[in-house]
Amino acid sequence: MTVGKRLDKVELVCPAGTPAALRAAVNAGADTVYCGFADETNARNFPGLNFSRKEMSESIAFAHGHGAKVLVAVNTFPRAGRPELWHQAVADVAAMKADAIIVADLGLLAYAAEKHPELRLHLSVQAAAANPDGINFYVERFRVRRVVLPRVLTVSEIAAINREIDCETEVFVYGGLCVMAEGRCSLSSYATGLSPNMNGVCSPPGAVAYVEKERELVSRLGDFTINRAGKGSPMPYPTLCKGRFCAGKVTSHIFEDPASLDASELIPQLIAAGATAFKIEGRQRSRSYTDAVVRAFRAAVDAVATGAPIPTGMLASLSEGGSTTRGAYQKTWR
Amino acid sequence: MPLSLTLGPLLFNWSPDRWRDFYARVADEMPVERVFIGEVVCSKRLPFIADLFAPAVERLTRAGKQVFMSSLALPTLKRERNQVEDLLAVPDVGIEVNDLSVLPFLKGRPFAVSPLINVYNEGTVAYLKSLGAVHVCLPPELPLDSIRALAPLVDGVPLEVFAFGRVPLAISARCYHARIHDLSKDSCQFICGQDPDGLPVDTLDREHFLAVNGVQTMSYTHADLLGDIAALAAAGVSSLRLSPHACDMVMVAQIFRDAADGVCAPQDAQRRLAAEIPQAQFSNGFLHGKPGWKMLAGAD
Repeated sequence: MTVGKRLDKVELVCPAGTPAALRAAVNAGADTVYCGFADETNARNFPGLNFSRKEMSESIAFAHGHGAKVLVAVNTFPRAGRPELWHQAVADVAAMKADAIIVADLGLLAYAAEKHPELRLHLSVQAAAANPDGINFYVERFRVRRVVLPRVLTVSEIAAINREIDCETEVFVYGGLCVMAEGRCSLSSYATGLSPNMNGVCSPPGAVAYVEKERELVSRLGDFTINRAGKGSPMPYPTLCKGRFCAGKVTSHIFEDPASLDASELIPQLIAAGATAFKIEGRQRSRSYTDAVVRAFRAAVDAVATGAPIPTGMLASLSEGGSTTRGAYQKTWR
Repeated sequence: MPLSLTLGPLLFNWSPDRWRDFYARVADEMPVERVFIGEVVCSKRLPFIADLFAPAVERLTRAGKQVFMSSLALPTLKRERNQVEDLLAVPDVGIEVNDLSVLPFLKGRPFAVSPLINVYNEGTVAYLKSLGAVHVCLPPELPLDSIRALAPLVDGVPLEVFAFGRVPLAISARCYHARIHDLSKDSCQFICGQDPDGLPVDTLDREHFLAVNGVQTMSYTHADLLGDIAALAAAGVSSLRLSPHACDMVMVAQIFRDAADGVCAPQDAQRRLAAEIPQAQFSNGFLHGKPGWKMLAGAD
């Protein structure tokens, strides 16, 4: 397939943790905004973040009035014996005429497909569908229309997947970088008691401590040291899998360096690989961050559409610790 | 009825000789009802042990064990995706699903659901049962409160919990064993074979924290739910999963058997286990809704 054929379908999917961020994203050029309710049904369940029912309804009206779509994430795993909160969330998303719902749990997918067949289903990255057989299973069983791919695939792997599936693919292009199979990681709850799947949080701020020693700063998560840095040196947020640890004779970032993903320069290759939606991570980030990142990616996508060079350097000041990576898309470790 | 015992699949890279001897002893001596065999973590290990599966299944079946073949946790390459066909070719065994992508291949064959599958609620159990699930080992991070709520709602599907061994916490496309040894995944020299219980990962302050097993990340601690057996049985759990380690697993199984049968008090069983693996640290925090690494007094 050629790049040109696919361009009309490319969609920039942007995060919104608040109604203000949603408006900022729409005004900055987002084709689509994703967000969630202010409760444990959504995987960014941080205090002060997310949408009440009234805010969601008004925000959907605002987005639709500006030609943008809204995807609502109901992407945690319902608690045993208490499915009502999640079932109500699905019903509300359908009633509010959101453009799609993002779901991870198998039981909830079955529920949504049966009770709300008109509701467009997107498969959350937390569902961990990482190969064509898994994706086709969800498409055939629940009429899933789009799958959000994990951040562990190369561009050529994405292309291979797209040749074998019959639904759209959404890929992450900017923000945090998970190195583990997403939705299948309990590292956070092992250290802190709180996990993405059960609590909608990873390495939560409440478990973080910075301890000042004589010449250095130590970052802790729960009862474990995640990193040390000399005073005055940058200290990244202690996300568990980005820490420095010792194994055998080696002391290093055993799992992943603390860089964030920036795949803006790979947009043409990702389009050629069949990706139809580009997702920016960061519902927990500020409105000004959202505004800046969305504008940069709007410019990048529009540049690709006209064959112009992709503007560079627009995002350098926004990334975690200032360093970015193309992540697995161009992996060097296979 | 006392809880039954399951030997989970070996998660580490053991030599073929060690593998064969281990399962021979499991068949002959280990007091477990069910045995899961197969390679879950890395497809590159498969060629070394694949020929051992059929004879092991035969020996285990003859010894009266119910046998399941475990699928890969993260099948990505075409040959990895097709691997489940090899498992289906083995007659008279169940299949353990370690990734939902194998479900379309099963075509009605009964299957067990591994602790690596996200089963958090009755809706998911019901859906899996409708596809043929006959046994579910719950995710290790699921707390007892959730197990209590879940068990009455699963329509008779037997529930299992991960009760002994280093806890599988994450799986990745990247091989950390290779990364730590400055090797690429494709030319890894099977370096994970040097660590029959995984490679410990400590913090910069030398706190024991995690363990690396190829593409898998595990807990440093060994799960030990010996003190929680009565509470688990009361909650409606029907079996305990023991994960193979390099220690004397026949003795470990016997300790769990004695505790489950009530012939050995929980504290005595825990003392016996600690004596059997003196270097290990133990944990049951997940079950108590606390950080997974913690060890708390058994649940009531």
